[in-house]
Amino acid sequence: MYIVIVGAGNVGYHLAKAVLSKGHEVLLIDRDAAILGRIEDELGSIGLEGDACEANTLEEAGTARADLFVAVTEQDADNLVACQIAKHRFKVPRTVARITDLKNEPLFKKLGVDVTVSSTILILQYIESQTSKPPFLTRLAVLKGSDREIVDVRIPPTSAVVGKKIRDISLPQNSLIILLIRRDERIQLPTSTTALEAGDRVVVVGDRSSEAGLHQALAGS
Amino acid sequence: MKVLIMGCGRVGAHLASLLETAGHEVTVLDVDPSGFGKLPLTFRGNALLGDGTDEDSLRRAGIEEMDAFIALTECDNTNIMAAQIAKSVFNVRKAVCRVYDPTREELYREMGLDTFCPTALMAESVVKRL
Repeated sequence: MYIVIVGAGNVGYHLAKAVLSKGHEVLLIDRDAAILGRIEDELGSIGLEGDACEANTLEEAGTARADLFVAVTEQDADNLVACQIAKHRFKVPRTVARITDLKNEPLFKKLGVDVTVSSTILILQYIESQTSKPPFLTRLAVLKGSDREIVDVRIPPTSAVVGKKIRDISLPQNSLIILLIRRDERIQLPTSTTALEAGDRVVVVGDRSSEAGLHQALAGS
Repeated sequence: MKVLIMGCGRVGAHLASLLETAGHEVTVLDVDPSGFGKLPLTFRGNALLGDGTDEDSLRRAGIEEMDAFIALTECDNTNIMAAQIAKSVFNVRKAVCRVYDPTREELYREMGLDTFCPTALMAESVVKRL
């Protein structure tokens, strides 16, 4: 794969090093020639000095043939603009932006950035996972190319579905229970007559937009 | 008309004064209060501290009631991001942004943003004088 990385700070440098070692072709763009020089001493000539928000720089970088464009500068606005130019002018199929402000995650998606990555969010999620009780719903996977996801749902003891058979539970549209993990970790394939018990976990395929409905259906008392 | 101006430099302050004289209700937003000194002493509008690329700051500045948003900081990318937030998050009817880099300005204009490029305007005006 040809990967263009914008921003030769700590993240950009380690990322470039890692993807190079996996055999990908990499170009690292930064405005600071001195930083690029030091990196090139170690990793070879993979640097391009310039402003990645200028079309000329991206042209010189051969961005049009890039499979992946990754903007990891310290500035959210710079990462957004670089990704938008890569996408609209150079038709790069996948763009990734690093963000530091949590609020920019939904915003950047809305504005056309394919993926956002944030250490703030990862650390926050870790803190939440350590401090709160086990979450009701854990996202296991997002199905590629669709709005469906697979989630792991814990049935709370107060839930109205405790003791009910699966056929008697009304789930949100397009949601399907595909696996049942009993409180003692036994794994079962659910049938319409399987009854749910408190502390069971069910694995559900459903629309990403149905999480609130799922909460209502399986945790509501 | 209610207008929010982000960036209180020479252009921002001058524009605020012009718009107010023309009878509009103007609010100015800047991350640095030192620019507010450029506003005329007669300025009656609000001058607020805040970052126009931050939704909460924009909300505090009253963006939801604004008829127009004008992004005039020194940084092209900040202006581009703020104008896109005004447009796509807050549905401000008119979101104008200054972009110094002519190719970037052209690209965002193609993408539907209401942009203007001082660099190109100035060059044109000089050419006309020759």
